[in-house]
Parts: sequence; structure tokens; C-alpha cells
Amino acid sequence: MTATTTPKTAPGEGGSIAARPPQDDLVTLTIDEVEVAVPKGTLVIRAAERVGIQIPRFCDHPLLAPVGACRQCLVEVSTPDREGNLRAMPKPQASCTLEATAGMVVKTQRSSAVADKAQHGVMELLLINHPLDCPVCDKGGECPLQNQAMSNGRATSRFVDVKRTFPKPIAISTEILLDRERCILCQRCTRFSREIAGDPFIDLQQRGASQQIGTFSPEVLGFAGELPAAGGDVPAGSQGAGYAPAAGDSPRGPALADESGRPFASYFSGNTIQICPVGALTNAAYRFRARPFDLVSTPGIAEHDSSGSAIRVDHRRGVVLRRLAGDDPAVNEEWITDKDRFAFAWQSAPDRITTPLVRDVVTGELVPTSWAEALEVAADGLAAAVRGAGVGVLPGGRLTLEDAYAYAKMARVALGTNDVDHRARPHSGEEEAFLTARVAGAGLDVTFADLETAPTVLLVGLEAEEEAGVAFLRLRKGVLAGRTHVLSVAALASRGLERLDGTLVPAAPGTEAEVLDALGGAAATGPLRAAGDALAAGGALVLVGERLATVPGGLSAALRLVRRTGARLAWIPRRAGERGGVEAGTLPSLLPGGRPVADPQARVDIAALWDVDQLPTARGRSTGEMLRGARDGSLGALLVGGVDPADLPDPALALEALDRAGFVVSLEVRRSAVTQRADVVLPVAPPAEKPGTFLNWEGRPRAFAQALASTAMADHRVLDALADAMGVDLGLRTLAAVHAELDGLGAWDGLRATEPDARAAEPVPVGPGQAVLATWHTMLDAGRLQDGEAFLAGTAKRPVARMSARTAAGAGVPDGGAVSVSTAAGAVVVPVVVTDMPDHVVWLPTNSPGCAVRATLRADAGALVHLAPAPVGVPAGAGAGAPSAAGQSTAGQGADWGVAAVGGTHAEHHAEPTHGHTPGEHHGHASRDGRGLIGHDGDGYDLRSGGPR
Amino acid sequence: MAAPTPLAPVLSAHWDAERSWTLATYERTGGYAGLRRALAQEPADVVATVKDSGLRGRGGAGFPTGMKWGFLPKPDGGPRYLVVNADESEPGTCKDVPLMMASPQSLIEGSIITSYAIGCHHAFIYVRGEVLHVYRRLMRAVEEAYAAGYLGTDILGSGYDLELTVHAGAGAYICGEETALLDSLEGLRGQPRLKPPFPAVAGLYARPTVVNNVESIASVPGILTGGSAWFRSMGTEKSAGHGLFSLSGHVERPGQYEAPLGISLRQLLDLAGGVRAGHELKFWTPGGSSTPIFTAEHLDIPLDYESVGAAGSMLGTRALQIFDETTSVVRAVTRWTEFYAHESCGKCTPCREGTFWLKQVLRRIEAGQGTPQDIDLLLDTCDNILGRSFCALGDGATSPITSAIKYFREEFEAGTHTPAWVLFPPERSSLFPYSPRTEPRSLAGAVHA
Repeated sequence: MTATTTPKTAPGEGGSIAARPPQDDLVTLTIDEVEVAVPKGTLVIRAAERVGIQIPRFCDHPLLAPVGACRQCLVEVSTPDREGNLRAMPKPQASCTLEATAGMVVKTQRSSAVADKAQHGVMELLLINHPLDCPVCDKGGECPLQNQAMSNGRATSRFVDVKRTFPKPIAISTEILLDRERCILCQRCTRFSREIAGDPFIDLQQRGASQQIGTFSPEVLGFAGELPAAGGDVPAGSQGAGYAPAAGDSPRGPALADESGRPFASYFSGNTIQICPVGALTNAAYRFRARPFDLVSTPGIAEHDSSGSAIRVDHRRGVVLRRLAGDDPAVNEEWITDKDRFAFAWQSAPDRITTPLVRDVVTGELVPTSWAEALEVAADGLAAAVRGAGVGVLPGGRLTLEDAYAYAKMARVALGTNDVDHRARPHSGEEEAFLTARVAGAGLDVTFADLETAPTVLLVGLEAEEEAGVAFLRLRKGVLAGRTHVLSVAALASRGLERLDGTLVPAAPGTEAEVLDALGGAAATGPLRAAGDALAAGGALVLVGERLATVPGGLSAALRLVRRTGARLAWIPRRAGERGGVEAGTLPSLLPGGRPVADPQARVDIAALWDVDQLPTARGRSTGEMLRGARDGSLGALLVGGVDPADLPDPALALEALDRAGFVVSLEVRRSAVTQRADVVLPVAPPAEKPGTFLNWEGRPRAFAQALASTAMADHRVLDALADAMGVDLGLRTLAAVHAELDGLGAWDGLRATEPDARAAEPVPVGPGQAVLATWHTMLDAGRLQDGEAFLAGTAKRPVARMSARTAAGAGVPDGGAVSVSTAAGAVVVPVVVTDMPDHVVWLPTNSPGCAVRATLRADAGALVHLAPAPVGVPAGAGAGAPSAAGQSTAGQGADWGVAAVGGTHAEHHAEPTHGHTPGEHHGHASRDGRGLIGHDGDGYDLRSGGPR
Repeated sequence: MAAPTPLAPVLSAHWDAERSWTLATYERTGGYAGLRRALAQEPADVVATVKDSGLRGRGGAGFPTGMKWGFLPKPDGGPRYLVVNADESEPGTCKDVPLMMASPQSLIEGSIITSYAIGCHHAFIYVRGEVLHVYRRLMRAVEEAYAAGYLGTDILGSGYDLELTVHAGAGAYICGEETALLDSLEGLRGQPRLKPPFPAVAGLYARPTVVNNVESIASVPGILTGGSAWFRSMGTEKSAGHGLFSLSGHVERPGQYEAPLGISLRQLLDLAGGVRAGHELKFWTPGGSSTPIFTAEHLDIPLDYESVGAAGSMLGTRALQIFDETTSVVRAVTRWTEFYAHESCGKCTPCREGTFWLKQVLRRIEAGQGTPQDIDLLLDTCDNILGRSFCALGDGATSPITSAIKYFREEFEAGTHTPAWVLFPPERSSLFPYSPRTEPRSLAGAVHA
């Protein structure tokens, strides 16, 4: 049985499941002679589950609105009339649409011949057109239709006529295949797309027995010539001229057209496969690969974002074959992102490191060696550095709490330093102060359940759909229920924000702090005023993303905002290990348990716990400082965990630092740019091969078990061995030992660090041909954790540059034309999608294929970039700067972006007299009424009703 | 009126007038008197008058019209809608289309009165898409009514405003089901909605909505002019008033006969010149193909809601299809079932899959290739559809089959050895020169173009 069709006989715990309601909200009914009291509004089918009676069903799903389409759940019902006499309803009723009422008497198939006959009849009808391909169907063995046909169907079919057939299958995207003849038209997939994800792509077509779930292709609908050609690997920007606004959200691989005629793209489509009660929707990668009864299932936690979604890892003989959504009402309900579902091949990629490697002093090559030798070489190298210039520790942001704790302890105890920082991304001292003062040790405050109940949610530096998919679904749930209004301080209204029916508070990159300070301020008018009022109205949430760290004063302004309005604040980073790192103390100014390094009492606490005389007191260095130190020689060695230099604010600096560092020890799962440069490489286990705990953004511990038997060791065990080789006993060899220490940690009751209070920075002047860069990661991109999954990669969005019509005109690039976005370091060439957003701002995906912003441009959000038409002959999307971390591509070599390939364009461009702005003009400067930011008259702009621009 | 006649022409009284469909003719024959009378009253009094009249829904179900209006919640300041169901698609039913062709103004006047009564300021007429000529005629009639000040703002100086929109459907039987009609009108796929909420509470655009049949609405002006007592003077106690009876098939003079409810088929056949000369009645439908068939033994049943119901059928739309003894009941039922299979919206399993199956079994029997189990299979499958489907259309699909087997089981049994076209050569049933299909149709399987 799949998780989604097993009825929940016990009410879920916590989360959105409300506490037990008061007695007067209960109604008592009788089901098969068993009395049960349920909250008002409970459906009969669910009331039956409470007393352990399973009524067969297909279209019913507890998280989708009732539809009553399949008619499988028919029961006999009697209700008392006004005089209290029980009256039988004339027809059997669909228990999935009928609300329980007081005194109702329900007879299910267990006690009613009528209900039993009705269910058998419907089952027989469902099967007449269903192919008997169970032996080759992915769902066979875990199929609700198969199971319920056995439990509630006839042994033999009377159907001897001709079945309806379809050509099989339709490839809806590179990932989802649809076998229409298997479909029983329960509409779970279309309802999910509409009610949950908000990206409807397939719907019912035709009628009667010809009715089918289909895409909006002329072939299915029976007409031609009215829709743009669906799918195909059409060059981005040129497909569907009439649908230009959406071109930026087109998938990279072939996809059929969705309802609006756009190529279907969704980050949540995998859920439709899981909730399909038959094998009609299948995944291209898993199709025909396994029988469910051969799989071993291990509950797990997804490693791809900070949501900590519950998953189920299905594996066979040591190989993970698929992952499914787990059922956790408090966190991800029953949904996960496609990345969480499909991106697991990286854990067993061919470049997995299986033995320790040591660099041969003669050849300079990494050679496999024994653990004993590798640990000895590593320990000697680190010990020498500890005696010398010191060791910097870069654990990376993807660690479990246990592993992060081991790094934190390793740094302080074995390496004698506070130079430890897990932030392998743009970061700042202000952010560190924010994390220390506000996040560390804060426990569980804002939760997923709050996202769907808060009346107002303000997103700052956070694209919920791209960076925290499950949180996006929760927000959307609140929005659709009419409870939640979402505001976003961002450069543009993404499709995600549109689907949240959200309101954009436009802000050019770098001006977020100014905008936040203007929200609800005394002088604010128009939309800024309204947003401020909504935030102050009680129950509001401010969700900040990790990207706000790149805005000077941004996090300080967010703190000022919540102080001013009383809204609650939550920090939603992208990576699974960020919150765990904060709590475990992998920050230069933080010890485990939210204890500030600077606090003597905190140091005494931890020193006692660790049984050491004292802890290092010197101020530690941040990731950027450590890398510069390693480059300049003020740091002797680096101990690096799961860090991809391409993720760092300046990948080139990182690589240079690794090259120049005296000694580098790398703990990695796969070969990487770090292992290439390391002196010693120690293999560690990916999540499937170790147990551990992620702390999600809520601060909720998300423990998971080891799915695969493996000889690979978790980071904490490797670090323990490494410390041991250095003569230090970390005492973290086993998970139990780590947990014992964590349990002994206790909460910090001392003073908390002071919150940062930095002022907003002045916006940078934008010259002609220049723009300010806005950028964030799309969920599916060139990240290494998506390697080896081509079907998933085909659903990633094509990289495009977004800019306003005026900006595009200023750069001399037509909508859909190729633009070169460049800095002194290099250039990215991508198609332009004209978007309603502030002028002089260009948005790029941070790390998409052909658009590696940090590696190629050595720039991040808020930086100035040059815009120009792409040189002829450079294919859009290919990227003039190869996505190599070195950033030393052809285009990157010249300091001038307009080198020969561009020809005279450079000069012409500057000479062009049609610029709508003058040199030195400030971009998007926030005036106090926000007009300068909104870009149009604030009058009559109703924040509530004004949809996304 | 000269000689006493069982007829009661009200709606059809002036269908024979010169250019009966024009506003001028309608006004000349007393049109819009009802509206003037209604506008002089309080809306609640108009509702009361219609309630008193005993008018019941003429679309088939027979729900009391005034009571339906009374179900609307109290005004909350938001819009309320009247939607006229003109999606007449039932096999055999042909009353609304002629009415709208011959006297569209009566429907418009009724719509205005009803809208006034229920506090609606935007009414819709949802016309079946295939009847383009009706759509055009209605559009022209609405245009005339606007020009004459019967629609628009401040109607006849009363201060009452009403917009009337005529909408053409895309041609789906299911859109005659009121909630599917509303979905279709909203631009969605026409499939029935989950009830509750009922349209009276959350109908069109989730606002309180009254959905009425064309004939029901067109009857309202007469009630306003004639009064409820006049209306009750026709018909029976529980089935008051006049109604259009549409005779078709093997009858000498097919057509619409407007008569008080409670008239019998025998009386109607007398008026229509009887069954086709030289032939005798074999079976007939009292209210379209969705109502269980009757035979000659039911000739004297009063055609009112109660009597027809008591005899095991439904008054439905009073579409009296007459079949003489040359007709193969198997063949007739197979054609009807093919219609339901074609028109099933596909939402629910019993109707979608059941009609698909029934069609194949019936085609087998029609071809003389039925098995001895097929009749039981038909009955059991009908039992699995009736009362199990999402809306009443699935129920309707089973009525002709179960009733035909009830009265003519031996014809179905003959289907195990002899094709229906051998037992009942179709040319004998044909009223016109018979030209059979030359292309052989596959015995089974829907065509998926």
C-alpha cells in the first residue's frame, strides 16, 4: 500500500491538525453499528476511518477538495428527520462528499448488501476499460485499484466486449509519462495541480468513455492551428511568441503545453505520480525499473532544502530506486518537491570517493590509500598548521546536526580556533550577528502551520517556490483558503508569487533595507503604508531568506520592521544544514547551543562539557576571511567539508585559496573542485548511507535512519578519527555519543548577543549600459546534488535574463533576443524576457547551465553589470563564460566585456542618444512614499486587491 | 373560442400570428401586460402569486417554481442571478426550441418578471449551441426589448434595471443539468457540481442563482396577467396549469399541443389524428427518452406529475414519442443508449463506463448476437448505474432499457438469435423512403479521433 491510500485511522499529531475540538462541536453518528463522535464537517469516509472501517475509494484524498467522481465509496445512509424518525436516503451516498451529521446511521459494505453491491458494481465498471497490464505496471503491487479490486470487487469480469485503448504513453514532460488507458479519471492529478501546486497542466478532455486526462494538444482536443506548437526542443525565447511573458519559466527539456499554452513546467509534478491511484502517471526514470514488493523502504528526510521534508527512500540490493513523499502533517503534509523526489542519483554517482586519497609528493597525484595512512598524513598536516598560522574550517551548509557539531568541536578542541564557518554562500558579519542574536537557540517558533494561518506574510530575499518549495505550498494553502495574503520585497513578481496571488513590493537589489525601513514607517504612504499596516495587524510573519545577507542593512532592517510591527520573524535558508550549523556552533562567533563565543560563561559551559581547560577566545574568521587568509598565507591549512567553490561569493578566490593554502583536508562524498586541490581526501557518507538529524528552518529536529548498508562513515566519525590521530579525543565516534553530548548541552540562559542594527546603504549609481544585478537560485539548476538525473534536469527552467522593457531598450536588446550580461570577470549570454520590474535591474538565475553568475561574473545581487546585445554567433543560453568555477573563460579574459567579438557595438552603444537615463542616475532609490520603488503612481494602488504586477 | 376543446393554448396562442416572433406582434397580442402588472407590485408579491399558481418546473423534475425562488437567501447587497435553461437536448423533447422560435418575447418578459421578483439585475439565457437559428432569434428579440425599454436601466420608468445576456453553449447534453450549465456559463468544462451548495445558495459565480426552464419562465407573464386562480383552473390540483405536449414519431399530425396538465395520450392522439394510419401503438415515452416507456395500456393515464409517476414513469418534458408496431424496441433503446454513451460527460464512473458497456451489449443484441446472460447483464448494469451516478443523467440512461425489458423482454431474448432488422425491417417503420447506412459500423468501441 502506498502511503497516500492507507487511511489514517488515528488522527495525526501536531501541525495543521487542530487540537481536539470542544465537545459541542462534535456530532455523533453510527457507522456499522459503531458510534463515533467526530468534529462537525467531517466527511463520512473519514469518520469511518476513525473507527477502523475502510471504505474503498479512488478520487478521495484527504488533502484535496471532495469531488465525488469515482463513486467507489458508496454507502447506505439514514438520517433522522425533524421528528427524529430515521429516514433512509433513497440512493447510496458517496461517503467522500457527505458530511457527518448528528444521528446519522451509515451502513458500509460491511453491513449493507446495497452498499456492497454498489461498490462491486462501480469496481466492475472501473475495470472494464482498465488494461490488465498489472504485471508490467509500475503500480502493480502497491496499486489502490489492484488492492481494492481484490478486496471490494468481483472475482471475474463479465465484460467480454472491446476495451477503449490509447497510444501509450504521453510524455507530459521529460519526467512524467501518462498512460491514458490506465487512467480511471479520478482527477487527483488535476486537482493537485490546481488546488495545491497551482500549475495546472493536464485536464479532462473530451467526454464519456472518450474522456481522458490530457494536455492541451490539438491532437487530443481534435482541432489544430490554434495553439502554439507544443513541446519540442525549441530555442528559448523563440517559442510561443504570443506567450513571451512566460518564456522565462519554460522547461529546458521538451514538455507539452499546459492550459495557457505554455510548455508545462512544475516543481511539484512528481506528487501526481504518487497520488495516482493507478499506474497512469509514471516517472521516466523509475518506469519499469522495479516491483514495489522487491523494494525496501526506509523513512528519510530530504537533503535538498531547509524544509526537512519527510520522504521514503525505496531501495533494492543497495541501490536507491526512488523516493516518495512521507506523510508528516506538521511539515510537508504529503507533498515534496521534484528535487526532493528525483534528485538522489548524486549519492551514488560514478565519481563517489570510496577510499581515502593522499597526494603523492612525487607525482602530485591523489592516490588511494589506507585510512590509517590518510589520517596520519592529515593529522600531521593539520597539527603543523595549528602550530603555525592556524587551520580554518569550512564545514559547508549541508550537514546533519551531529556532523556540524563534530566540526564545531573539532575546530575548538583539536584545532584550537574559532575559524569555522559553514556558510558556503554570500554572507556578512551583519548576518552572523543576526544568526547569533536571533536564530541560534531560538527553538521552534514560527512553524509550517503558521504559514497557512498568518493573515499577512512578507517575504524578503526569499523566493518561496524556488528556495523552499514546501513552504511555498503551505503559503499557497493559506492563500487559497482566503486566510493569508503574501507580500514579497523583490525585484520582480515571479510566477511563484503570482500563484500565491501575492503583492510585489518592488525593490531593486540593494534597496531592500530601505524598503523595509519604509514599510509602516510614519512617513510611509500608499502601498508601503498598507503593507506596514497589514504587518502590524497581528499574527503577521516576516520570512527572510539567506540572500538578505548580501544586502547591507537588510537583516537589521528586517529586525527593525518586526520590532516596529510586532510581526514574527523566521529565517528560511536554502540548505538543509544551515539551521543545524547555527545551533551546533559552526559559526566563528557561536559555540553549540546558541552560546556566544564572546561570553566567558558560555565558554566555561562548553569547556566543562567538552572536558577541556579552555576554549579559544580570539575572534574567528568568516568563510570569506578564511579564504582570503588561506590565499595570503595568514591561515596555514583548511579543513573543508561539503563545499562547492562555485557556490561561494567569489569562486575564483576560493579556488586560488585552495591552491595556495599550505595544507587542505577535504571530507567529501564525490570528487570535486576541492578534492582536486586537497592534500588529503577523506570519504564520507551521503545521507542515504548514514543516520542523522537535519534541523529544518523551523528548528525542528528531523531525524532519519540509514537507508543503505555502507562502509562509508559520517563526518562526525571521520572527524573523531582525525582528532584521534592528532592525539585528541573528540568522543564523537558514534551517533549515540554525539547525542549524549547534545543532550548534555542544555539551553543557554545567559545573555544573548546584541542584534545588528546596520543602516541601509546608499544605492550605487548606475551608468549607461549598466544595470544592477538581481539573482537567485532556481530550484532546479546546475547544482551538483542534481547530477545524474537527466529527466529532472529537463524540467528545470531555461536560463533567461529578465529586465524591464526600458532597460532592454536601453541595452539595445529586443524581447527574446540574446543579451550579454558582463562584468570585468566574464559574460553570460542568455535570452531576454521583458518583465515588469524596476528599470536598470537585470535578473539572472544564479547557477543555471550556461548561467553561472558567481563563477562567470564574480558578482552577486546588487552588483553592477554591463548589458549589451550578445555577440553574433554566441548561442543564447550557452554562456560565453563556461560554468567552470575558474571563471576563466574566453569572455572572462578580457577586462572589457566588449572585446573584438562584439565588434563596434560597444562604441555604438555608448554613443546611442536614446538612453532614457543619464549617467549617475540612481536606480530605484526609495523615496519615503515608495513611489520611486513602485515605479508607478501609488495613488489608488490597493495593496489588498492589487494583484502582482 | 368556438367548440369546447381539451386544448389550452396560452404560450402557443399566437404562434400562428403573422411574424409571431417580433416584438410588435407580441405587444399587439397582449404581450408585456404581465410585466407592467409585476412592476406595480412588490417583488415578494410576485413571488407569492407564482407560488399560489402552483406552477411547477417544466424542465422535467417538476419542482414548484415559486418555492425555488423562495429558497434564495436574504439579499446581502451582492448580485443574484437568474439563469434560464434553454439547453434543450433530450431525445424527443422539442418544446422550448419552437417556443423560442415562435414567441421569444414571452421568454424575455418572463425573465424580466422573474428577475424583478428575485432581485436579480443580470439574467442569462443559456441556449443549446447547435440551434443557431434560435440563438439568432433570441438575440434579435433581446435587442428589440432593449430598444423598447423593457431591458436596460429604469425599465418602464420603474427604476428597476436588468441586463439580459443570451449565451450559446457548445453542444453538450450534460449542460442541461443545472450545475453543469452554470460551470459552462462560467467558461469552465461543463460537468455537474457537487451539491450542496445548491445554486440557490451558491450558483453562478458562487452567488444565489435561480435556474429555470424556458417554458416555466415563459409561463410567468400569463400568471401575472391571468392571476394564479386562472392558472390553477387548468390542470390538476397538484399539477396546475398548461403545458406543451410534443407529439412525434408514428403519429398523423406531430407537433406541439398545449393543454392542461392531466390530459391523456388518448385525447392527444385524437387531436393529432391518431397513430400512423393502418398501424397501432406499440410503445411511447411520456417525457423524453429518459423516462421509462409506456405501452398502449397506459393510453388513459392522466399526463400529470403524480399520475405518470404512479404508473412507473415520469412526466418529464412531455415529449411524447409514439412508436407503432413496426418498431423494434431493441433498436430504439440501442439508439437512445448510444446517445447517452455519446453524451455522458465522463465525470463519474457508473455513467461513463456503464453507458459504454450497455451500448456494446445492446448492439450485440440488436445484431442477433446476444448471449442468454445479456439481459440479466443489462439489468444488473442498469442497477449499478441507477442511483449510483453523480447526476440524474446516468439514471436517465437506464430508464429506457429497464422499462423496455419490462414490457418487451421477448424482443431482447430474440436478440440472441435473430437481428432486430430481420424481425422489424426498418423500412417498415420509416415515414420516409428508407436509406440505410452503407458503411458498416463497428459493433463496439468508441471512436477516438
